Amino acid sequence: MLTVILLLWPVAAALLLHFFKGGAARVAAFGAALVELVLAVYAALTFNVNHTGQFSFNHEWIASAGINFHVGMDGLSLLLVLLTTFLVPIILLAAYRRKIENESVFYALVLFMETGLVGVFTAQDAFLFYFMWEVALIPIYFLAGVWGGENRAKVTFKFFLYTIVGSLFMLAAFVYLYFQTGPAASGLATHNSDIASFYNLNLSVQEQSWLFWLIFAAFAVKMPIFPFHTWQPDTYTESPAPATMLLSGIMLKMGIYGCMRWLLPVVPSGVSQWQNLVLILAIIGIIYGAIIAIRQQDVKRLIAYSSLSHVGLMAAGVFSLTQIGLQGASIQMLAHGINVVGMFFIADAIERRTGTRTIADLGGLTRQAPVLTVCFLVLLLGTVALPLTNGFVGEFLLLAGVYEYNAWMGAVAGVTIILAAVYLLRMFQRVMLGPDSSFTATFTDLTGAELAVLVPLIVLVFWIGLFPNMFLHLSEGSVMNILNEVVKR
Amino acid sequence: MNSIILLSVLGLGNLFLGFLRSNRLLLPAAMLMLALVFGINLIDWNEGAQSYFNNMLVIDNFSVAFTGVVILTTFLLIPFSQKFVRDGEANLAEYYSLLLFSLVGAVMMVAYNHLLILFVGIETLSIAMYVLAGSDKRNLRSNEAALKYFLMGSFTTGILLFGIALVYGATGTFQLSDISFAVQNPINDSLQPMLYIGMLLMLVGMGFKVSAAPFHFWTPDVYEGTPTFFAAFMSTVVKAAGFAAFLKLMVQVFPAASAQGVWLPTLTAMCALTLLLGNVGAVAQTSVKRMLAYSSVSHAGYLLIGLVAFNGQLEGASANAIFFYSLAYSVATVAAFGVLKLVADQRQREDYNGLNGLAKTNPLLAFVMTVAMLSLAGIPLTGGFFGKFFIFSAAVENGYIGLVVFAVVMSMVSIYYYLRPIIAMYMRETDVTTDEPILVSSFQSAALFVLALLTVVLGVLPGLISGIL
Repeated sequence: MLTVILLLWPVAAALLLHFFKGGAARVAAFGAALVELVLAVYAALTFNVNHTGQFSFNHEWIASAGINFHVGMDGLSLLLVLLTTFLVPIILLAAYRRKIENESVFYALVLFMETGLVGVFTAQDAFLFYFMWEVALIPIYFLAGVWGGENRAKVTFKFFLYTIVGSLFMLAAFVYLYFQTGPAASGLATHNSDIASFYNLNLSVQEQSWLFWLIFAAFAVKMPIFPFHTWQPDTYTESPAPATMLLSGIMLKMGIYGCMRWLLPVVPSGVSQWQNLVLILAIIGIIYGAIIAIRQQDVKRLIAYSSLSHVGLMAAGVFSLTQIGLQGASIQMLAHGINVVGMFFIADAIERRTGTRTIADLGGLTRQAPVLTVCFLVLLLGTVALPLTNGFVGEFLLLAGVYEYNAWMGAVAGVTIILAAVYLLRMFQRVMLGPDSSFTATFTDLTGAELAVLVPLIVLVFWIGLFPNMFLHLSEGSVMNILNEVVKR
Repeated sequence: MNSIILLSVLGLGNLFLGFLRSNRLLLPAAMLMLALVFGINLIDWNEGAQSYFNNMLVIDNFSVAFTGVVILTTFLLIPFSQKFVRDGEANLAEYYSLLLFSLVGAVMMVAYNHLLILFVGIETLSIAMYVLAGSDKRNLRSNEAALKYFLMGSFTTGILLFGIALVYGATGTFQLSDISFAVQNPINDSLQPMLYIGMLLMLVGMGFKVSAAPFHFWTPDVYEGTPTFFAAFMSTVVKAAGFAAFLKLMVQVFPAASAQGVWLPTLTAMCALTLLLGNVGAVAQTSVKRMLAYSSVSHAGYLLIGLVAFNGQLEGASANAIFFYSLAYSVATVAAFGVLKLVADQRQREDYNGLNGLAKTNPLLAFVMTVAMLSLAGIPLTGGFFGKFFIFSAAVENGYIGLVVFAVVMSMVSIYYYLRPIIAMYMRETDVTTDEPILVSSFQSAALFVLALLTVVLGVLPGLISGIL
C-alpha cells in the first residue's frame, strides 16, 4: 500500500498545484516533494532486506486482458525510489529564483514525472512498467520543449522520437511474451503479464536472441549506450537546468534499472548470446564519451559527454553478469545521480552569473567564490572516483565486475577514470583558476538557497563514500535474485 | 429500436422548433434530445438480443454499445456548432434535424440483421451528410465538397447495392444468418463466383464509407471543403458506424473458410495500403485539417486490422478492440476538430502556423489539442494507446505479426505529424495574426474539458469498458 501512496501522492499534488500561483506553487511543490521523500525514507526504515517484493499491491487493472496493477519494492527498487525522491526536492530547490513562466505548470510536470519514475522502479507487471515508462517521458518532453533553449523544438523532437521508437520495440517484445504466458492466478483472462510469469517462460534460444534486441532498444536509447546516444548531448544542453538534472540524474537510471529487472532475467540466453557485443559497445561509449568530453568548449556539453562515458561503465558492469558488477551498478546509479545533478547545478549557477557556458570565457572564479570552488571540487572528485567519495565505491566495483568477466575489457574500461580526471580537472583549472575574464570580474559566491541544494548532495558524496555498505546491503538480495534467475535457465 | 424511433421523432420535432425562430433554443434542445436518446439506448443493455421487423433488425449489446458511441460523440461535438447559431442564419433547425436523421441511419447500420436495412441505414446517413457537406452555401469549397462527396458516394453506393444483389442471387436471401449458412453449404457450385464477386463489391462499397484505401481519395478534399463541424462528424460518427457495420458483415456473413480465401487477402492488402497512404499522406500536409483527414484514413487502417484479425464472434477480443478504438478515436478526433474549428473560425487559417503560441493565449485549447494529438498518436496515458494496444494484441493473438509490425512502424511515422501541432502551440512564438486569445464559450470549454478527461480516463482505466461486449 505504501508503494501506491508513493505513486499517487506526486500526481495528486501536481493536480492540486493548479490552484497555486507563482511563489506559492513553488513552496507547495517543494513541500509535496519533501513529503514524498519522508514516505520513501519511512519505507526504507521499515524495509526488511531478507524479504522480496515488499509493500506490494496487486489489483486488477484491465481484467479482460489479465493485466494487473501490481507494484512492489525490493532492495534495488527501494534504492532508486530513494534516489528519485531525494533528487526531486533538490531539483525543485535548484529551480528556486530562476525565472520560470507558468511556474505552477512547470512544478506540476516535475511532480507528475516523479510518479512516472517511481512507477517505473516499482512496477511488477510488464504493461504497467511500459505505461509508467511513457508517463515519465511525456512531462520531460514538455519541460525540455517549452522551457528550453533556442533550438528546443528540433532537439526535443529528436529526443521524443528516439525514445518512443525504442520503447515501442520493447512494447512489441512484451506483447509477444504476454502471449507465451499462461492464465493469471485469478480471473478469466487467458494470459497475464506479471513479472513472475515473464521470469518463468520457456523460450527458445532463437526467440530470446531477437527478443533481447527489442527490449534492449528501449533501454539502450534511454541510458544512452553508444551508438544510440545522438539525442543526448543536444537535449541535455538545450533543456532548462531542472530538466537536465531530471534527465541525467534519474531518467538515465531507468535504462540501467530496466536492464537489470526486465532484460537479464527475462531473456537470459539472449543476454549471454549478445553479452560480448553489448560490453564492447558500452566500452566504446566509455572511451568515446570521454574523448569528446576532452574536446568540449561548453561546460554543459562537457558534463553531458562525461555522463555518457559514465553510463557506459554502468552498463558494462551490468552486462558482466557478475554479482560485484551489478552491485557496483546499483550503487553507482546513486552516486552518479548525485554527482551529475550537482555538476549541472554548478554549471547552471555559473551560467546565470556570467551569461556564458564557454570554458574559454571563464576563469579565476576561486577568488570571488571560494565556497563554490569547494563544492565544485568535491562533486568533481566524486565524479573522478577519488577514494572516500561515492564515485570510488561504484566505479571500483564496476571495474572489478568487468575485470572478472574479461581482464582486457576491465583494463580498457579502467581508462575511464584517467580520462575523467583529464577532462574534469582541465575544466576545473580553466574555469576556477587562472586569470579573471571580462565575464567573471563581478562574480558573486553561492547564495543560501544554492548552498541548500549543494550541501545535501555533498553530504551524500561522503556518506556513500564512507559507508557504502548501508546501500550495498539494501540491493544485495535483489542482485542475488536477479543473478539466480539468470543462472536458473 | 427505441433509439431509432426516438431519434426520428425528435428529428421531426426539432424541425418544428425552427418555426419559433429562436436559434438560441436549438443547441440546448438538441443536446437534451441526445442525452435522452443516450439514456433510452442504455435500457437495452444486457437485455439479450431483441429482433424487430421480422428479424431484420437486432438490438443486442453490440448495437447498444456502438449506438452509445455515436450518440455520445455527437453530444460532445454539438457545442462546437455554435458559430452557425451566432451568425443568425435562417433555418438552422434543419442542420440539427439532419444530424439527428443521420444518427438514425447510423443506428440502423450498427443494428442491421438484413442487408436491406444495412443499405437503407447507409443511405439515410449518407444523404444527410451530402447535404451537410454543402451547408456552407456561399463557400465554393463547400459546394465542391458536397458535389464530390455526393457523386463518389452515390457511385459506390451503387457498387454496394450491386454487390448485395449478387450475394442475393447466389444465396437467395438478405438475412445475415441465412447468407452465412448458404455460404458455408453451397447448393450450387457454379454460383460461387457470383457470390465472391458480390462479396468483393460489398467490400468496395464499405471501404469507401470508412475511407479505406484505395477508396479513400475523396477524404482529404471533402473534409477540407466541408465545414469543420461536419467534417468532425464525418470522421467520427460515420466511421464508427461504418466499422460496426463492416465488422458485423465480416463476422456474421462471411465466416466460411472458402469465403475467407477471397476476402481476407483483399482486406489485408487494403489494410496495409490504407496505413501506408494515410500516414505518408498526412506527413506531407501543411493544413491541420487535411492532416486530420489523412489521419482519419490511417485510423481506418488500424481499425481494419481489427477486422482482419476478428475471431468469429461479436463478443470476441476483436470486437471489443474495435469498440474501444472507435470510442477513443472519436473522442480524440472531436477534441482535435473542436479546437481546430475554434482557432480557424477566429484566425481564418487552418495551417500549422495558425496554432502558433496557442499555449500562451489559450492554455485550455492547447492542452486539449495536446491530449487529442497524443491519443491519436497512441501515446500512453491516453485512450488511443489502449485502442492500438487492444487492436494489435488481438491481431498478434491471431497470428498477424507481419501486419502488426507494419502498423507499429506506421504509427512511429504518425508521431511526426501529430507532434507538429504540439510544437506549434508550445514552442513557437505568436505573431500578429495569432496573438489574440481565441474566444471560447463556457459551453465549449466544458465540452473540451470533458473530451480531454474522457481521453485520459480511457487511457488510465481502460478496464472500465475494455471487455464489456
